[in-house]
Amino acid sequence: MIGSWTCERPEGRTSKELAVQITPQVEADEPTLLILPALFDEANKLRRYTIEVMRRLSEAGIGSVLPDFPGMNESMAPLSEQGLTQWREDAEQAAQQFGASHVLTIRGSALFAPQTLPAWHYAPAMGPRILRNMLRAQVLALRETGQQLSIDELGERGAAQGIELAGWQFGPQLFSQLQEAEPLANPAHAIIEQSEVGGAGLWLRAEPDDNADQVAALADIIAAKITAR
Amino acid sequence: MTEESAKTALTNAALEIGQQGSGDAAKGASAERAKAVDPQLKQILCDVLGLDADDVSAFDADTGLFGHVPELDSMAVAGLLTEMEDRLDIIIEDEDVDGEMLETYGGLLDFAIAKVEEG
Repeated sequence: MIGSWTCERPEGRTSKELAVQITPQVEADEPTLLILPALFDEANKLRRYTIEVMRRLSEAGIGSVLPDFPGMNESMAPLSEQGLTQWREDAEQAAQQFGASHVLTIRGSALFAPQTLPAWHYAPAMGPRILRNMLRAQVLALRETGQQLSIDELGERGAAQGIELAGWQFGPQLFSQLQEAEPLANPAHAIIEQSEVGGAGLWLRAEPDDNADQVAALADIIAAKITAR
Repeated sequence: MTEESAKTALTNAALEIGQQGSGDAAKGASAERAKAVDPQLKQILCDVLGLDADDVSAFDADTGLFGHVPELDSMAVAGLLTEMEDRLDIIIEDEDVDGEMLETYGGLLDFAIAKVEEG
């Protein structure tokens, strides 16, 4: 269930990354869903939810895989060296290695969805909003230590030289890409809004949480869409 | 009426549902807008804090927030403010954020109402 995959990077560098895979009991020619994890603090808040959705999909005969990408979760690669363009190429590689037929992105991972497969973006988060939230948290945290810096000042610093926000080390490349990032337009990609799932998004919670109703709703929406295709 | 007491009046109008019909049309319109902010703000707090709607509906102007609710650290406050921006269609500047505004529910509601009225 917990395995790994090898992510090839330019100049012959490789990065071995963890991947959680949940396949249905009955082995057959089932569809395989590649799931791209949410980003930064939302990755932690939504991890359990994401895995529970995978379990529910498996019961519906749909296998899924949730790989780490360099700089995320258990990865040994530093986040400060990553960027959205590279992550998109990594996601395309992961799709090939796992024989994925469809893709589900969670929140910020819509920003690096592979363009080669049909995909659903669950409650996609835009780059500027992700940064605004994290910059604001940093402004508040700095203020508690007596330092007065604005969101704009920290943003300029992030784009020029990179910045640590809420414990996440952003390099200038990732930071500048996020400043303008939104999901690429693709006729084979569609959005699943939180309102379709019902209730409040679990990424809003101050603490990681789980919600069986939302797990069932999201998994059932995806299963219906995959079966319909 | 000073700006401060005007805001307090709006808060009271928002919190004490049922006390309508003062006869002053302008004040009535403000109170209507203010009244719309209260349930939205409570819903946001509900969603961010993972509280039951019943618990949050009991919040009044004096209910303590930052410093009283352990979940509200700087990351959670940032999430709360960003969510307020999205749902209330307002922009919250760095200098708007101070201890007073986050101290109590009444303080946060006053702030939200003032921002909504700024347009």
